[in-house]
Amino acid sequence: MRKVAVVGVGETRFSGAQEKTEVELFAEAAMDALNESSLKPKDIQALFLGNVLGDFAEGQGMVQAFAAENIGALNIPASRYEGACASASMAIRDAFMWVASGFYDIVLAGGVERAATMGTPLATRTFAMFSDARYEYPSGITFPAVFAMLAHLYSKKYGIPLKKLKEQMAAVSVQSYKYGMFNPKAHLRKEVTMDKVLNSFMVSSPLQLHDCCPFSDGASVIVLVSEEKAKKLTNKPVYITGVGQSSSGPLSNQQEYLPRLRAREISAKQAYDMAGLTPKDIDICELHDCFSIASLIAAESLGFFEFGKAGEAWERGEAGLGGKVAINLSGGLKAKGHPIGATGAGQVYEIVKQFRGEVEPERQAEGAKIGMTDTLGGDAGTLCNLILQRGW
Amino acid sequence: MEYKLTFKEYSEALKKNKVLGLKCQECGWINVPPKMACYKCASPNLDVVEMSGKGKIQTFTTAFVTSEGREDEVPYIIVLVELDEGPWIMGNLTDVDPNEATMELIDKRVKIGHKVFPGDKYSAGEGARPLFSLET
Repeated sequence: MRKVAVVGVGETRFSGAQEKTEVELFAEAAMDALNESSLKPKDIQALFLGNVLGDFAEGQGMVQAFAAENIGALNIPASRYEGACASASMAIRDAFMWVASGFYDIVLAGGVERAATMGTPLATRTFAMFSDARYEYPSGITFPAVFAMLAHLYSKKYGIPLKKLKEQMAAVSVQSYKYGMFNPKAHLRKEVTMDKVLNSFMVSSPLQLHDCCPFSDGASVIVLVSEEKAKKLTNKPVYITGVGQSSSGPLSNQQEYLPRLRAREISAKQAYDMAGLTPKDIDICELHDCFSIASLIAAESLGFFEFGKAGEAWERGEAGLGGKVAINLSGGLKAKGHPIGATGAGQVYEIVKQFRGEVEPERQAEGAKIGMTDTLGGDAGTLCNLILQRGW
Repeated sequence: MEYKLTFKEYSEALKKNKVLGLKCQECGWINVPPKMACYKCASPNLDVVEMSGKGKIQTFTTAFVTSEGREDEVPYIIVLVELDEGPWIMGNLTDVDPNEATMELIDKRVKIGHKVFPGDKYSAGEGARPLFSLET
């Protein structure tokens, strides 16, 4: 296998409902990524695009073909990836493998979504499609309800009284808002206090509004090339050194592992083993904080903190700048936003910008060399992890 | 290879308050909902069995925000129940005020009932769901 580098990244602002089409959003992010890479659309050999709900959001299926043509990457093979909220990470992992194998030298990967455009009722309905449609949706399962049930399980399993756990969860949201406030790409840029989190309206008990990420619109795109090409294009290549992906069945059938998500532990291990690294090597991590409780579960399964202890870590600042591992310096899904088909590419965008020292000083990790992304689709139906390393 | 216990058959049985599963001939695990192959050991050698319909609440939530078309149902309680035979299944809980649901519910014993979700434009028809109530 050949080494594969990210040589350019582009991203729209993540936002609430807005009027640009998915093709337009994707095209803006893609051209920014190409311009950064000193490449032209005609240099792109294939497109790997994450998009989940374009069919519902704007009646557009097969958006990848229109996106490729729209940016002038004419007649290239264009493939759409759908793994719910992990779609862009799946796309990047596959793009990585095609370049690593030697089949392609230069490809584009990323994603786009207009989740906010759908509005909350339709977005809630369509997000529930990532649970088992026949055996679980009839019970009225929603995405917040999945993580709400995991929160109660977490409280019980680790013997943390719910009131205490809710404070720990609130600490996660407060930190994400704090970093997101300084991120010009972020959907929600505001300070939110512990009190505000704990007094926001109940979405699905025990999860309140500020425990939940927003539905966002946005696009994020990266350029992946072989090591040989990277050396000609940039003196700041970011190498993808580990990838992992795993799947699971319906939530109820993951019973003995819950609130841990087995797919994440398998996927993360693949990525660590491939990179020859361990959790303590990771400087910065963008993980899938679709809900505050999801951050605790993720950080533990990625090996950063002991099981049942991640909440304390957040409260002590060990999960932020200057801590053991700096998590979600972008603001995470909570504040940066969650345009689901683009989210995983947005995580890679953030890691690359961090390595290059190109983010705002309030949220810049100094000297970060190794980063990790973690993207979860549905109730762990799809789980992807990527490890990235600074190449200079 | 024919599917041994389809959703349609499972749902029709649930309408009679019967939970059907597939017992694995290799490892003995009971698969609910039904699969082509056992989700513990991947064996396709499975036999249809009927559960007792009793079990214990493992976790729950009260949903206050829901999907398009189901607004009239909120608030409602969703539970994951461990059936006495081992598998966990998702359902709703009745006879408890959703606004009063607390972690006290966890480990409470429940018995099966059902309610039919009539379906919406995305769901390919109706589907029965477990509607549990506390054992008294």
